[in-house]
Amino acid sequence: MSLVDINGLTISFGGKPAVSDLSLTINKGDRFGIIGESGSGKSLTALAITGLLPENAEVSGTIRFDGAPLPQDEKAMAHLRGQRIGVVFQEPMTALNPLMRVGDQIEEAVKLTGQDGDVASLLEEVGLEARHAERFPHQLSGGQRQRVMIAMALASAPDLMIADEPTSALDVITQRVVLDLIRDICNRRQMTLIFISHDMRAVAALCDRIAVLRGGKLVESGSVKEVLSQPGEDYTRKLVAATRMAPRQGEPHVTDKTLLEVDHLTRAFSQGGFWRWGRQPLLAVNDVSLSVSAGECVAIVGPSGCGKTTLARMIVGLDSATSGQMRFEGTAYRGGDLPSARRADLSLVFQDPFGSFNPRLSIARSLGEPLRLIPGLDPAQHEQRLVEAIESVGLDRAMLSRFPHEFSGGQRQRLAIARALVTRPSLVVLDEPVSALDVSVRGDVLDLLAQLQNQFGLTYIIISHDLDMVAAMADRVLVMEAGKIVEEGKPDALFAAPQHRLTKALMAARLPDIAA
Amino acid sequence: MNWRSIYRHPGLAIGLTATVLFALLALLSLVWTPYPIADISIARRFATPGPEHWLGTDQLGRDMLSLIMSGTLTSFTVGAMAVLIGAGIGVPLGLAAAIYGGPVEWVVLRFSDLAFAFPAVVIAILIATLMGPGASNAVIAIGIFNVPVFAQVARGGALAISTLDFVAAARLAGLSRPMIAVRHLLPNIASLIIVQGTIQLSLGILAEAGLSYIGLGTQPPATSLGLMLRDAQSLFLIHPWLSLAPGLAIVVIVIALNIAGDGLRDALDPRLRNRGLTNVAG
Amino acid sequence: MGVLPQMTLYILRRIFGFLVTLLIAAAVIFLLLDLLPGDPARFILGINATPESVAALRLQMGLDDPAIVRFSNWLFGMLRGDFGLSQTQKLPVAGLIADRMAVTLPLTIFAMVISTVIGLPLGILAARHRGKLVDTALMVLAQTGVAIPNFWFGMLLTLLFAVTLRWLPPGGFTPWHEDASASLRGLVLPSLALALPQAAILARVMRTALVDVSSQDFIRTARAKGMTFGEALWRHGVRNALLPVLTILGLQFAFLIAGTIIVENVFYLPGLGRLIYTAISERDLVLVRSATIILVLAVTFTMLVVDIAYGLVDPRLRERRV
Repeated sequence: MSLVDINGLTISFGGKPAVSDLSLTINKGDRFGIIGESGSGKSLTALAITGLLPENAEVSGTIRFDGAPLPQDEKAMAHLRGQRIGVVFQEPMTALNPLMRVGDQIEEAVKLTGQDGDVASLLEEVGLEARHAERFPHQLSGGQRQRVMIAMALASAPDLMIADEPTSALDVITQRVVLDLIRDICNRRQMTLIFISHDMRAVAALCDRIAVLRGGKLVESGSVKEVLSQPGEDYTRKLVAATRMAPRQGEPHVTDKTLLEVDHLTRAFSQGGFWRWGRQPLLAVNDVSLSVSAGECVAIVGPSGCGKTTLARMIVGLDSATSGQMRFEGTAYRGGDLPSARRADLSLVFQDPFGSFNPRLSIARSLGEPLRLIPGLDPAQHEQRLVEAIESVGLDRAMLSRFPHEFSGGQRQRLAIARALVTRPSLVVLDEPVSALDVSVRGDVLDLLAQLQNQFGLTYIIISHDLDMVAAMADRVLVMEAGKIVEEGKPDALFAAPQHRLTKALMAARLPDIAA
Repeated sequence: MNWRSIYRHPGLAIGLTATVLFALLALLSLVWTPYPIADISIARRFATPGPEHWLGTDQLGRDMLSLIMSGTLTSFTVGAMAVLIGAGIGVPLGLAAAIYGGPVEWVVLRFSDLAFAFPAVVIAILIATLMGPGASNAVIAIGIFNVPVFAQVARGGALAISTLDFVAAARLAGLSRPMIAVRHLLPNIASLIIVQGTIQLSLGILAEAGLSYIGLGTQPPATSLGLMLRDAQSLFLIHPWLSLAPGLAIVVIVIALNIAGDGLRDALDPRLRNRGLTNVAG
Repeated sequence: MGVLPQMTLYILRRIFGFLVTLLIAAAVIFLLLDLLPGDPARFILGINATPESVAALRLQMGLDDPAIVRFSNWLFGMLRGDFGLSQTQKLPVAGLIADRMAVTLPLTIFAMVISTVIGLPLGILAARHRGKLVDTALMVLAQTGVAIPNFWFGMLLTLLFAVTLRWLPPGGFTPWHEDASASLRGLVLPSLALALPQAAILARVMRTALVDVSSQDFIRTARAKGMTFGEALWRHGVRNALLPVLTILGLQFAFLIAGTIIVENVFYLPGLGRLIYTAISERDLVLVRSATIILVLAVTFTMLVVDIAYGLVDPRLRERRV
């Protein structure tokens, strides 16, 4: 018996369709996954079911909930949401009212249902304690905030829960905990779930039916087992393949020569200024030592806030150590004091391909910026370097005159790599190089990175939280927690037999592979 | 929903056209006015609007249209120079605060607090006490008042931009902080500053009118729209027209500037575009 | 820490900042009016004054003391309520200013209250119905209101209500102790002249803030809980939108004080403004000095109140350490 019946749904903005002619049936008791990359229309579909689309959306087609079309009247629709549908959104920080205690926000949801229910038992069900009700959203962690969202969604004991990317703003370990929580609650309450995600493995672990969307259109749908083990469409096959990271280390390339040495490096951030004297400074990086050989690919993994990014920023010279020092091919430095003559040999690829280019500069000017580190290049050589760089990442030299907004996320990340290579560095630091990209292009970018490493004999330091990517790319893995390196080893050995509590937790949080 | 873009850009077009028309009329007064503004004639005073004097004459028989043209020039000049002072000092201060942080930022912020504590009229009072009233007095007073406004807009915009990775990339490429400010921050906050400039220009025109009205701004024989209202003060109960014409001129100019500013903001600032779509991407 | 509750600590910090700003502002005023003219006594008396009269005034003003002593005498004098002696009127400045404040202060406060009471609800109404006819009409009205100089609006109000309709007096002021209701009637038109253009600004700011907030995720969450858009905006939006509005309210007060000084002129009110014009034309430095510091105090104090209100509304702010 169907609970949600979508028929010929089309959603457009200014005449451009974002979802076109989508038909889906979700039965009572289903755990239905909707998977797609950015721009697939998956979130819009969820909003359409709840009647929460932005005002300027033009909608056609029908959506029936429990046999009846969605009410047109705003009050009736609000009532339906309050009584029968619970929604969990992606970003738990902005989805909660920052000025209101979370207990009051949950209580408000309970009152709106007009049913019995109490805040304490809801908090308990989602694994929070009574004292958390007194907190404001900013006083909770990301995972706790998402639990509050779930508690609010459960307030009316809804027939349907819609979870829109509920874990993608959380860190790896918390992601798994929240996913398990959602699954347990659905089991216990026999609730229908619509789970929207870009993560194939999360859908596989949680759902029994699946729909794959791309560019606003349905690619295919069916039971999770069928669709994932025998995908009917190329696109689905590509998404499934992207969940399995093939090793990319290639032939042995590590040399004996030490390129970078980090020696008892510490970075302290004073907490508060003038008014909070006597507070302990926060040690973002705490007495870290490591060394990297020429040609090696070293990965630094750890949860958010473990200090891995601060470490990377010091290595490339964006930040300076409080104590300790580093040596790069014999040049001692603490970070910002890296002599500009040496900066050309070191570069950084940023995580977010959308923020890493000045929208007002042409690609040629952005790519050419680091070349000022190499004095004495004449205009022809300058031009030559740009062309080499952009062609080495598989893009066309004609693109140099374009502007950043003309490129897709994957192309921009290629351009960011080109900029990092334009000075012909020996060490490249990659800060989450693919985590902001769509799943289907991640593989291509990683292939490119591996190929460039072989071609130019590059040394990589990869900063990441993604164990699968790290296992595929790195020769050696360092695990970081609270500013310290807690475990180190070759990826195969390390992940097969983790020793430290954190490494074990990271491994345990890893979602199971999709059965072939 | 195309009505929005149709609605927006006519706003910008109408606002800008009206502003430019007034500015041209004002500039015209430099070379030509229907009557010389100093032309006093008791015989034809308090003339009602008619074919000879389109907007009538004042208590001294001066042609109101000529006075308004010349007064508009004063208003625009004072407002624009105050914007130049404000942006010229405020934007570099704001940028410096954003790129250097630490003590530089602290000083700029405290300076801003301090400057906000002195409304333009208080600065005008202080300057008038020391140097006597005058139009340059109004320029300085309004200009000083504009400084912290531009400093805060520039700092806020620059801070938002400087968290983006391309600024870090520029630092890695060896650009100095001032170079980053000029090459990467300034172009990206230019639209914010232009929009703020139109707002401060319209506020400046209002402030000039107020200061001239209480005698701290433009002094005779020069004229400004505020000064015309000051002259009308003792007579407007009997001759309301003397206050209506310059007052309406101020209102229309300020509305034109505000509409142009709103239009510019919508047209220039991509952050404000497509707001409805931002939270459903994906 | 934890000895003091966060809010108390926050307020103490704000008060400290307020005092520092005030002290520097006083120093700036002192520097401009006491040191910059060279010899204030000669400045006051003009070029033609005899050396004897200059010397006498120097003695009376204590100008032979070092600057720092004069500055601290001025500050501590003010703390005791002694603002010095007006050189032209030969009266204590404190009394002169207090008399005038009996007009200026109520006028400013009335204008503030009226503009808030009119502006905020209209802004909320426009945001609630954004894109609809109500919104467009209100915003056209606000766009016009913002452009009207308050003193000119005062002239228009006089023409309509005092000359044509004869409901209210065209100007002048009856002292409070003679006939308080007449005093109030005298302040009605000036308050409206000040308040309505300010109300237009507030309505615009309130609308913009609320429209911004209404596109935020937590409004969507509230709707997902079962509220209509209007309910969500009212229960969750308004309080969040008040944060930017509070800042503007603080700045408004500065504009209102300036406006009061100007609008008094239209209605021939014996307020602070007229006292200051006289002081300027008579080069009464002591009077100008005290009047300006009072104005600066009023503005700074309002900013302090706004900051504290900010902390009360926003729990995140109380904890931020700056």
